[in-house]
Amino acid sequence: MKPPKFDYHAPTSVDEALALLARYGGDAKVLAGGQSLMPLLNFRLSRPAALVDLNRIPSLAYIREEQGRVSFGAMTRQRAVEFSPVVKARVPLLAEATRWVAHLPIRTRGTIGGSIAHADPSAEYPAVLTALEGEVVARGPKGERVIEAKDLFQTYLTTSLEPEEILVEVRLPVTPAGAGYALEEFARRHGDFAIVAIACVVVRDGQRCTRARLATAGTGPVPVRLRAAEEILERDGLGEAALEAAARRASELVSPDADIHASADYRRHLTGVLTRRALTRALGVARG
Amino acid sequence: MADLVTVRLKVNGVEREGRCEPRKLLVDFLREDLGLTGTHVGCEHGICGACTILLDGQAARSCIMLAVQADGAELMTVEGLAQDGKLHPLQEAFREHHGLQCGFCTPGMLMTSLDLLRTNPTPTDEEIREGISAVLCRCTGYQGIVNAVRAAARTPGGSR
Ligand SMILES: Cc1cc2nc3c(=O)[nH]c(=O)nc-3n(C[C@H](O)[C@H](O)[C@H](O)COP(=O)(O)OP(=O)(O)OC[C@H]3O[C@@H](n4cnc5c(N)ncnc54)[C@H](O)[C@@H]3O)c2cc1C
Ligand code: FES
Ligand code: FES
Repeated sequence: MKPPKFDYHAPTSVDEALALLARYGGDAKVLAGGQSLMPLLNFRLSRPAALVDLNRIPSLAYIREEQGRVSFGAMTRQRAVEFSPVVKARVPLLAEATRWVAHLPIRTRGTIGGSIAHADPSAEYPAVLTALEGEVVARGPKGERVIEAKDLFQTYLTTSLEPEEILVEVRLPVTPAGAGYALEEFARRHGDFAIVAIACVVVRDGQRCTRARLATAGTGPVPVRLRAAEEILERDGLGEAALEAAARRASELVSPDADIHASADYRRHLTGVLTRRALTRALGVARG
Repeated sequence: MADLVTVRLKVNGVEREGRCEPRKLLVDFLREDLGLTGTHVGCEHGICGACTILLDGQAARSCIMLAVQADGAELMTVEGLAQDGKLHPLQEAFREHHGLQCGFCTPGMLMTSLDLLRTNPTPTDEEIREGISAVLCRCTGYQGIVNAVRAAARTPGGSR
């Protein structure tokens, strides 16, 4: 047997799941797609007293457009996001990012909620949530609360969710029609976690930029919103010099760590290069 | 011994049942409890893809899923591809185009390719490469596999 022993529960409602989490007082873990948690269990790096499996709660899987945003049930599979016409039309950056999330047979199980709750610093969805200024809805013993992207990611693999809370919904504002968007990533192999990725949205009005959004993956413990680079574009427009300056600024705004995959310098360099590429490609699809 | 759970599921069209601990991985359940050793187990943590099966019609890694989670599900493993002693068109194509050498990755390659062709019946070479990047092969250098999947896509019934 590879995983350590645990009690296994497969509740059919969120209330039941919350009651189970409360009963174990922080010693239970939620099991979503299992694509990050099961490897940790197989290595026995995680030893929860119990698993609370959300896979039998059908009400947690949906994609809905409402009030200027698209809402996703936490258990919506990455593969469902990939094929959703609503996502393609309303939050195309997420559709593009999904093709970078792992591989086909992983996306069939992996969930949007799990990817965000897991908070891997090299994962694409947290970068997209940050760039789009999305939010998540958490439910716990004290009821429901909304957490903005900027308050969610704390450090490596750590969010501001409490152990007895469940992330139930992810909300992304609809991207204005005609906005440019791009996700640029460098990884060793397709489907690997990013060494660096840049998520980007630009809204243009001729040569003016009315809104720029840039966020990173792989440049430190949490996604970094490149606000000072965005400001350059919003102030100076979308000419070559401004794009160049924004890319340079982007690389100064991150302080990545070195690991076996890449040095800190290389990651900083990639941040500039990928920002430039993302902006160029985003402008290619932008109208207005 | 921890409490055992009963797992009932349909594999390759046949109702099967077994009892195991909740922590038993689906791949081990298939191999050890149901005797279906066609599904291989390599890395045991989701990287290599050797253990890929179809779960309710979609490719999934059986090493990072619990057997108990498959209770009530419909599975297809590599053993379910050939019908009445006749190889599936994908298997024919792998044989024809040198899509395998040692064969260790082959069950995972076949099941992944099957989902790929079902969801994208006319993939470009780029899309084939992206699809099979989910499975590691130490032997072929992949070119034969790409050729095989491309050929199967052009064969009637290749994504059956
Ligand atoms: C080979 C391989 C390659 C991969 N490559 C990438 C990649 O390139 N990019 C990428 O982003 N990801 C990648 N992944 C990870 C994959 O996207 C996972 O699906 C994702 O990280 C976790 O989602 P999950 O639904 O599988 O969650 P699980 O593995 O079930 O859970 C992960 C963690 O989040 C917690 N959790 C899950 N859901 C909730 C919830 N609703 N509320 C509260 N807590 C919750 C769990 O308790 C656990 O701690 C890869 C995985 C593998 C195996
Ligand atoms: S054995 Fe399942 S992915 Fe390697
Ligand atoms: S044929 Fe040997 S690993 Fe692929």
